[in-house]
Amino acid sequence: MRPKVEVRSLNAWFKANHALRNVSLTVPANTVLAIIGPSGCGKTTFVRCLNRMHELVPGACQSGNVLVDGQDLHARRVDPVNLRRRVGMVFQRANPFPTMTIFDNVVAGLKLNGVRGDYPALVEKSLRQAALWDEVKDRLRQSAVSLSGGQQQRLCIARALAVDPEVLLMDEPASALDPIATARIEELIRGLRESLTIVIVTHNMQQAARVSDSTAFFYMGELIEHGPTEQIFTNPRESRTEDYVTGKFG
Amino acid sequence: MNSLMARRAVNWIMTGLCGLALAIALVPLVSLLWLVISRGLAGLSWSFFTALPAPVGETGGGVGNAIAGTLYIVGIACLIGVPFGVGAGVYLAERGDTRLGDGIRFIAEVLSGVPSIVVGIVAYGLVVIPMRRFSALAGGVALAVLMVPTLARSTEELIRLVPHELREASLALGVPQWRTSLRVVLRTALGGIMTAILLTVARAAGETAPLLFTSLNNQYWNWRADQPTASLTVQIYNYAVSPYAEWHDRAWTSALILLLLVGSLALAGRLLSRRRVR
Amino acid sequence: MKAHTDKTYDLQLDDLRNKLLTLGGYVETEIATTMRALTERDSKLAETVIGQDREVNRLEIEIDEACRRLLVLRQPAASDLRFITTALKIVVDLERIGDLAVNIAERAIDLNQSPPLKPIPDLSRLADLGQRQVRAALDAFVEADPDKAEQVIKNDDLLDSLYHNLVNELLALMMEDPRNIRRANSLLFVAKHLERIGDHATNVAEMVIYMVRGTDIRHPGSRK
Repeated sequence: MRPKVEVRSLNAWFKANHALRNVSLTVPANTVLAIIGPSGCGKTTFVRCLNRMHELVPGACQSGNVLVDGQDLHARRVDPVNLRRRVGMVFQRANPFPTMTIFDNVVAGLKLNGVRGDYPALVEKSLRQAALWDEVKDRLRQSAVSLSGGQQQRLCIARALAVDPEVLLMDEPASALDPIATARIEELIRGLRESLTIVIVTHNMQQAARVSDSTAFFYMGELIEHGPTEQIFTNPRESRTEDYVTGKFG
Repeated sequence: MNSLMARRAVNWIMTGLCGLALAIALVPLVSLLWLVISRGLAGLSWSFFTALPAPVGETGGGVGNAIAGTLYIVGIACLIGVPFGVGAGVYLAERGDTRLGDGIRFIAEVLSGVPSIVVGIVAYGLVVIPMRRFSALAGGVALAVLMVPTLARSTEELIRLVPHELREASLALGVPQWRTSLRVVLRTALGGIMTAILLTVARAAGETAPLLFTSLNNQYWNWRADQPTASLTVQIYNYAVSPYAEWHDRAWTSALILLLLVGSLALAGRLLSRRRVR
Repeated sequence: MKAHTDKTYDLQLDDLRNKLLTLGGYVETEIATTMRALTERDSKLAETVIGQDREVNRLEIEIDEACRRLLVLRQPAASDLRFITTALKIVVDLERIGDLAVNIAERAIDLNQSPPLKPIPDLSRLADLGQRQVRAALDAFVEADPDKAEQVIKNDDLLDSLYHNLVNELLALMMEDPRNIRRANSLLFVAKHLERIGDHATNVAEMVIYMVRGTDIRHPGSRK
């Protein structure tokens, strides 16, 4: 399979704290990679390095290479702003822009950048992709905060999809949602795999097992094991992975 | 059971004490309102809002020029103070986690503690002396200097209240920092900042001391920024220190008008913020 | 082995393990008792085997329930998942072994109605071997010892060839004297049951290897 994202000896720091240690892995195109691990293991830092959101935190720095389609995105000459249009992100807490309508939220990535386009068509396409269209098509001019938590999160996914990214990073996208909303998001992830490559961070191991093709286990900033999801959950090679997935930590 | 009774008793006594403290605190406020309304209401008429002040001995007349002057001076103060105040607040919130930011915050803190009469003297030195005359502009500058530190601090706080997630959402969409600050963060905080501006304006409108030797006073209508201008507060001061009983009455009525003006500004600010919260 | 963060999870897994061992113990005794009933021509003893099998059936249901409960409540992964799925599978094999012991017991009661045939040493050797295979498979499970399990799988060939010898012996007996046919036929069934017991022991051993190593060694060549 064609590698979409290649990470080579990635290191990340918060001031003196070495948050990611020499992580290397490859995500094939049109697959879902799940990142699991206990709190503070570097999962979130890892995905935030992929779209260079990490470097926005004061005192944060990183080294190593992240290649998307073979192109190094951490090279000096690459503008992180352009990179983030190719590598989209969905956050743990749904964060629609509260001052904007549902419609404007979807096209925010274009509008805020002054990009013109066929907004109505794009809004419909993105909302359909995010499986939200039928629920909101009659209230596109309402405020985004009038939606329920699960709808808000799908709106955020639609907003990320509207800029047409190639890679979508999801940082615990369903951790604040009820099981039905979670199932919708998971169903969505499986469908999105057709058109993009997805990296999802999750605390919920069953969720990782359900949605991902491969799973990476992080511990104390290190990538302990990365393999096919089924193997990680039935027969992990590393004892630390085994301990984590069977619940023998701490 | 005994301890439950005891706790209930303590609870009751403490609630009572708190209520008492509230009542005592309300006494000066209510009596002030009562005094201003009861003494000022008699002189209230339409012409009091529109007419020029009448000389001693004449009945009638009003404080129309002072009301206009107050609005005029406050308007000038807003034109100067709001951009500086809000701008400084945005800077402090976005880039203020440095020594410089801490310094600015400290100065703002000190500045908001400076007695307003001192601010008046500064404006006198800065504007009145070079221009060689008292003017609305000098009054506006004085009020602006008063507004900037509070406005800067409240703007900073309001921007910091904007969830970090929104900023990240925007950045993650490939929106550059400056556009994010302006079109997402400031936009989201705007309602709160409007409220802050209204409350700060209300406070500035009630100031007398900074205007005493900046805009001074004027017996006539004035719309020129470089001329002395009447204001409600100075007018009240002048009426109040005069030896004439009817001027004292006019001082009360003017005070009532000032109270209404400031009160409605503050109320508007509150309503705005409540609508935003909902 | 490291303990689970949630200690009750460990207790529930231990409980399941103990139930399986109890079941294994029952089945082992069933084979021993049934063979004694056969060789000593003791129909009373054979009856007790049939009685004991009710315990086996009860335990099988309990183990199934325990597995289901663990699966739904704990969503086990990795070694825990392999242990529980193994338990679900070997409980079936153990219960079948119990049933086969009962079948042998029924044959024994039937045989005791007629005079004894001449002693057939290979039969008791087959019974011995079958019983040992079951015990070795259970040991491999308890000790999570894949080497022991592999030994069980290897020994099954031994059991098979012994069975074929025995079949020939019994066929010879039948041809020798038609009056032997009924009894020899019964013994043929006993031999067949013992051979089946050996197969079930092999199944258990294969599952033990899966449980420990995570690799499925059954039916090589049938996977995609």
